[in-house]
Amino acid sequence: MSTTTPDAACDCPAGGGSASRSKQNGVLDSAPKMAVEATRQSEIDTLGLSGEDLLSMHRFMVLARLIDEAAIRQNRQGKAPFVIPVSCHEACQVGTAWAMRRGQDIWLPYYRDLAVVLVAGMTAFDVFLGIFSKAGDPTSGGRQMPAHWGSRRLGIITGSSPIGTQIPHAAGIAYAVKFRSEDAVVATWFGEGATSEGDWHEGLNFAGIHKLPVVFVCENNHYAISVPQSKQMAVENVADRAAGYGFPGVVVDGNDVLASYAAMKRAVERALSGEGPTLIECKTYRFQPHTSDDDDRTYRTREEVEEARHHDPLDRFSADLKTLGLMDDARIESLRAEVKAEVDRAVADAWAAPDPDPATVLRYVFEED
Amino acid sequence: MAQKNVVTAIHDALHEEMAADDRIVVLGEDVGVRGGVFRITQGFMEEFGPARVIDTPLAEAGIVGVAIGMALHGLLPIAEIEFADFIHPAFDQIVSEAARIRYRSNNDFNVPLVIRAPWGGGIHGALYHSQSIEAFYGHVPGLKVVVPSTPSDAVGMLRTAIRDPDPVLFLEHKKTYRAITGDVLDEPYTVPIGVADVKREGEDLTVVAYGFMMHTCLETATRLQEDHGISVEVVDARSISPLDKQTILSSVRKTGKAMVVYEDNRTYGAGAEIVATIAEEAMFDLDGPIVRIGGPDIPAMPFATSLEHFYLEPEPDQLYRRMLDLARF
Repeated sequence: MSTTTPDAACDCPAGGGSASRSKQNGVLDSAPKMAVEATRQSEIDTLGLSGEDLLSMHRFMVLARLIDEAAIRQNRQGKAPFVIPVSCHEACQVGTAWAMRRGQDIWLPYYRDLAVVLVAGMTAFDVFLGIFSKAGDPTSGGRQMPAHWGSRRLGIITGSSPIGTQIPHAAGIAYAVKFRSEDAVVATWFGEGATSEGDWHEGLNFAGIHKLPVVFVCENNHYAISVPQSKQMAVENVADRAAGYGFPGVVVDGNDVLASYAAMKRAVERALSGEGPTLIECKTYRFQPHTSDDDDRTYRTREEVEEARHHDPLDRFSADLKTLGLMDDARIESLRAEVKAEVDRAVADAWAAPDPDPATVLRYVFEED
Repeated sequence: MAQKNVVTAIHDALHEEMAADDRIVVLGEDVGVRGGVFRITQGFMEEFGPARVIDTPLAEAGIVGVAIGMALHGLLPIAEIEFADFIHPAFDQIVSEAARIRYRSNNDFNVPLVIRAPWGGGIHGALYHSQSIEAFYGHVPGLKVVVPSTPSDAVGMLRTAIRDPDPVLFLEHKKTYRAITGDVLDEPYTVPIGVADVKREGEDLTVVAYGFMMHTCLETATRLQEDHGISVEVVDARSISPLDKQTILSSVRKTGKAMVVYEDNRTYGAGAEIVATIAEEAMFDLDGPIVRIGGPDIPAMPFATSLEHFYLEPEPDQLYRRMLDLARF
């Protein structure tokens, strides 16, 4: 593939994402063979992921989890007015994001997509600049609520709070990509609640008609704030809805980072080869309330949440890596300590950063002379 | 210089722009093989091809939403909403997205989008093909709303709208389309957005109007001159947002009398903003009460001729009599 850079995504930092990804198979041969679980190994070989990739994906999941925990602490301490948790979505987010090319492809995440934007190139410091609404917040300079991601430099398209409005944008960007014959894929992420919106239907419909290079990723955690999936739709799978748009819908275990990656990889290949969109539904859960302002005890039993925690995607991937001989308890412990130090530093640095200047509030309604 | 009606003028200008810049695409319902229900894009599909002249699904939020995406990635989309009455499903995309993307991203992103929509009544359009929508959108920071009413202004303002790096809602009054003809310069020119135009100079009274009402006011002004020697200055607002307060206030200060005429329902209409501006900033220059004439507060215009006429003119020769009263005050 060429390295053509679309306008909306340039000047990206090197490293991370797929730029450093090895495509050769069997790279885990160097891992202790006796620890390798045959099925998993063969699955990974098929995906073309290196051991370095797996460790890097794992680190992003740990980073997202620890940022989440730190953000909630900042909220409880009164330093962050509002935060949006991610916990339990890390696998489907890192898995799908990993199939994208940082600095080349175009990302339209929704507000829960912390791990997606980390893979796309945002840092923990960037995230906390947003959480503390500082002048240097790369997303909006402190104008928007936290987690309303955007960065032209990283190809992350600015998002809003109304649900599903980014779906037609993704289709329009993909139309422009195709129109200009660029080597890029567009992906957009959303929850299952978004799939009830008219904008969602209109965006997928347009993308299907024009066979656009776009992937639609649903992170189905089964609740739109309090409303369960059974009151959101009469079908069992969001993916079933793809039939109405003339492209494939795929259901994956969203708590399995590799299954999420595999589905996204196929969808990206389909998009890049001109075959059109794919709808991927990642079945997952959210451990925390919808936001720091929500109380999920009003609509979910503690037993249900506790049960979900037994299927923690991070624990699962850690266990996989141990089976593959890439991790052990001591290394996981030291990784957590290292990442926690990074997050703590980001919190402290972001907290100390300057607030937006009130004199700027009137700026950028229109282009300035 | 050529004589053209509004439809031909917009068609020709859009054609020239598309021929000169291949980033421009038009999209909307029936804009392709049909050439638009008002024929604005007639022949475009054959000339520019289906990739640049896109017949969309019947989905207004999708049309605007997809166009925003195109605008975010290097294209210059011109979205057509078949009738302004049908723009309401796209309100969220226009207001929450297009109009605030620059602000919310702290100047990181912008949306060079033009949305064209035929508005206004008097053509037997009834409740859903006659609406005035400018007040809904004139209230939105980050969005420009223009209402040219002559062929020349439509051409010049369309060019400006296409070159604008921010979203512009370009409203074309349906009754002007074929009823209003005028000179259009052959060489390319632009008319700025946010600048009103004195369409008729006068001394005794200022009338601010836009859309087809502006033409009705011009006609009425001519009769008042002939019948009574009353000299009416007619200011064509042309742009709802930004509003050219200076041209309006200068005229009002000169004549000392102000009337604002608009077709939309009177209550909270764009004319209310113009009246408020005059009241706030030119109160002590006035020699008479500000007069505001808007449509009755009913849901747009009914279909029957008698009902439609009543909407536009609830009393016989209303504009003539009200202008005369104000001039004599």
